[in-house]
Amino acid sequence: MATEFHNLQELRHSASLANKVFIQRDYTEGTICRFQTKFPSELESRIERSLFEDTVKTLNNYYAEAEKIGGQSYLEGCLACTTAYLIFLCMETRYEKVLKKISRYIQEQNEKIYAPRGLLITDPIDRGMRVIEISIYEDRGSSGSSSGSSSTTSSSGR
Amino acid sequence: MKNCEYQQIDPRTLTTPTATPTSTLPLASKNVQRQRRKWEVFPGRNRFFCDGRIIVARQSGVLPLTLGLILITSGLFFIFDCPFLVAHLTVCIPVIAGVLFVFVVFSLLHTSFTDPGILPRALPDEAADIEKQIDNSGSSTYRPPPRTKEILINDQVVKLKYCFTCKMFRPPRTSHCSLCDNCVERFDHHCPWVGNCVGKRNYRFFYTFIVSLSFLTSFIFGCVITHLTLRAQGGSGILNAVQQSPASIVELVVCFFSIWSILGLSGFHTYLAASNLTTNEDIKGSWSSKRGLEDYKNPYSYNNIFTNCCVVLCGPMPPSMIDRRGFLPPEDTPPIITAEQELPPFLSKNDTNMVGAPSRVTCRTSTCQSSKGSSQASPQLFPDQTLAILSFVMETAKLTDIFCHRSHRFMLPY
Repeated sequence: MATEFHNLQELRHSASLANKVFIQRDYTEGTICRFQTKFPSELESRIERSLFEDTVKTLNNYYAEAEKIGGQSYLEGCLACTTAYLIFLCMETRYEKVLKKISRYIQEQNEKIYAPRGLLITDPIDRGMRVIEISIYEDRGSSGSSSGSSSTTSSSGR
Repeated sequence: MKNCEYQQIDPRTLTTPTATPTSTLPLASKNVQRQRRKWEVFPGRNRFFCDGRIIVARQSGVLPLTLGLILITSGLFFIFDCPFLVAHLTVCIPVIAGVLFVFVVFSLLHTSFTDPGILPRALPDEAADIEKQIDNSGSSTYRPPPRTKEILINDQVVKLKYCFTCKMFRPPRTSHCSLCDNCVERFDHHCPWVGNCVGKRNYRFFYTFIVSLSFLTSFIFGCVITHLTLRAQGGSGILNAVQQSPASIVELVVCFFSIWSILGLSGFHTYLAASNLTTNEDIKGSWSSKRGLEDYKNPYSYNNIFTNCCVVLCGPMPPSMIDRRGFLPPEDTPPIITAEQELPPFLSKNDTNMVGAPSRVTCRTSTCQSSKGSSQASPQLFPDQTLAILSFVMETAKLTDIFCHRSHRFMLPY
């Protein structure tokens, strides 16, 4: 399927961080953690829209699960209150468990989908849950410029 | 769609090559030996203890007074009043007082030492991206007019303000505390009595503190009155009773003056929790119906007192964003600009408020000075290519590293 295969280890001298795309938060439903699923134009030539949207929607679902208000969260809150919140010192909260799941998911997505396309997703928790940062790496040998990924489509073989 | 495929580097195979460049640099090897934690370069006005486990505002002025008053009053009660009351009434009195006292002290310490929901400042790349979206034709020295962004939340128009210190648009309900110099999520107020901001993460502790304190002060007040009354009824009169137990007067005075304010505060915050409002919004009248003809409703309210209270006080506990005990990544030096890289306009300004810009660190230890020196030396010693490799390696290795370092955050939730 791939016509060109670059081994990044061989071409490390020509790898460079070309651009970063920031997916902003979507506040239409309140202050719950949710990211916009709008496909950024900078990624148009790098990744399929459906893959990107799947990633963002799955992340949104994970965050919704973490912040879900229901029986379990109330139980956790009431239990914490009755123990004068000392239970937070020894127990991992549900939110933290979901954050670990999110870390694993992002790592898996990077390994399987994004890194093969020269992209890298940064976990939103490292950016204060404000943005999903997607780093775009360029092969200097093919593009010779860092002005954007769109310029590489003309120079690389299709 | 580009047909090139990039094989992901296995971080484990590339850790050894990075050792070679660093071993040739005597200054950089000092950095490798001692990894600094993120709290050491935190740009806000906070103080950290126990290697970043405890965070307080820089001005924690009245917290010792608060603690002192609580400890002294409760101590006097247990020593001078409880023996008489246990003998004449019931042993439940010191038990109840003890439970309330424990609740008060623990919730006070939780409120004071917990990260209230501080938002980390935007990194240069993110700030530059935001700048690009705003049309700014002024020079770097000119401060542009306040920037706002309007968004819709539950069909209500909400204005997001741009924070010049943190270089980002503040999320809804976030406010910048000028005392702590941090943007705090769901900012309620900065409380000098607890020596910290009250925000999203510690509001429930603050509420528990004031409610349990109002119960404790009322309980002590009632018990002391009962004590003095019983003594006076014993035939000696009120003056003799006071003479026999002078500590009770001290407790009475402290409790009498505290009860009004604490009970009032508890009532006020119960109203706020039931309406899902913050003190900041209430004072500013953000969702007051008096604002013109437009119906300004609180878009965050669930329109049910019970649901609002449950969400505010018993909702999921959000994580701390600032990762105080995480280690600084090794590439956390001033950004090295290669010929190919375009310098974001932001970096030409004095980016002293950025997280991860060690040039601005409020140095508390001498190690800060040595690491500053080495970070300034490194750009001249690293060739461009090795730097490019290292930066990519660190990004991909970060995935594994962060997962390991995050265990600090998960084990210690604050």
